[in-house]
Amino acid sequence: MALPGAPSLAHYLVLGAILFAISMAGIFLNRRNVIVMLMAIELMLLAVNLNFIAFSRYLDDMAGQVFVFFILTVAAAESAIGLAILVLLFRNTGTIDVEAQGRLRG
Amino acid sequence: MSMTFSTFTFYAFSAILIFAALRVITTRNPVHAALWLVLSFFSAAGIWLMLQAEFLAIALVLVYVGAVMVLFLFVVMMLDVNFEVLRQHFRSYLPIAAAVGALVLFEMALVIVDSAIGHTATAGAPPPAGGNTSALGKLLYVEYVYPFEIAAVVLLVAIVAAIALTQRDPRHRKHQDPSWQVKVRREDRLRILDMPSEKPPA
Repeated sequence: MALPGAPSLAHYLVLGAILFAISMAGIFLNRRNVIVMLMAIELMLLAVNLNFIAFSRYLDDMAGQVFVFFILTVAAAESAIGLAILVLLFRNTGTIDVEAQGRLRG
Repeated sequence: MSMTFSTFTFYAFSAILIFAALRVITTRNPVHAALWLVLSFFSAAGIWLMLQAEFLAIALVLVYVGAVMVLFLFVVMMLDVNFEVLRQHFRSYLPIAAAVGALVLFEMALVIVDSAIGHTATAGAPPPAGGNTSALGKLLYVEYVYPFEIAAVVLLVAIVAAIALTQRDPRHRKHQDPSWQVKVRREDRLRILDMPSEKPPA
C-alpha cells in the first residue's frame, strides 16, 4: 500500500482530487450527452464536499460542515432546474446532443 | 505497520467510490450511470461517517439517493433518447478526456504534495457533546440563521423555476373549456341531411 497507516488529511485530499479529476474527464468524455454531464457535475460537487468535510475534521472547525450543507442545498436546486431545462430542450429539439444545439449562436 | 480497521474501511470505501465514479462516466446506459452514481454517493457517505460528519452523511443518502437520483432516473426514462447516437464519437473523445483528467490530477497533486503531505494535522478534537447533529444544528440555527433562510428561498425558487419551465403552454395542454361547452349550439353538433325518400320495395 502506497500510503500505509491510519488515514490522514492527505488521504482524503488525494481521494477528493482523484474524484474531481474523474468527473472532469467525464465531462469531456460525455460531451454530447447532457444527462451524464449533469451526473459528472454531481460527482464534482461530491469531491468538493469531501474536501470540506476532511478539512472540517482535521482543523476542528464545524463551519466546513455548514458549508457542505449549503452546497448540498444549492446542488439539489441546480440539478432540479438543470433537469427541467433538459426536458425542455428535448421537447423543443428532439435530442439532447450538445453538438446539435447551435441555435443560440449569434 | 499493522493495518487498523479504520484504514481498511477507508481504502475499501475509496476503492468502491473510485470504481463507481469511473463506471458513471464510461457506462453505455444512462440508467446504469445513475445507479453507479447511487453507489458512489453511498460510499462517499461511508467516508463522511468516518470523518464524524454523521448528519451530512445521512443527508447525502436521503437527499441525493432518495430525491435527486430518482429525479435523474425519471428524466432518463421519460425522454425517449437514442443514446447510441450520442456515443458515436465516444472513443475519439477518450484521449482529450484522459489528458484533461491527468492534468487536473497533476495540478492538484502539486498543491497537495507541497502542503498537506507531511503536514502533521491529526484528527481533531473528540466529537462534540450531544453529537454531530446537535452541534451542527446549533451552528445553523444561531450563527448561520440568515444563510439558512436564504437556502430555503433558493429551494423555493428552484421549485417555482422547475414547474414554470416544464409546464406546457395552454395550447398544448389537454383541458376543457366550460363556457365553450355551455354555449354550444345545435348546429355545431347536429347536421340534418336532405335526402330523397326511397320507395319501399313492392
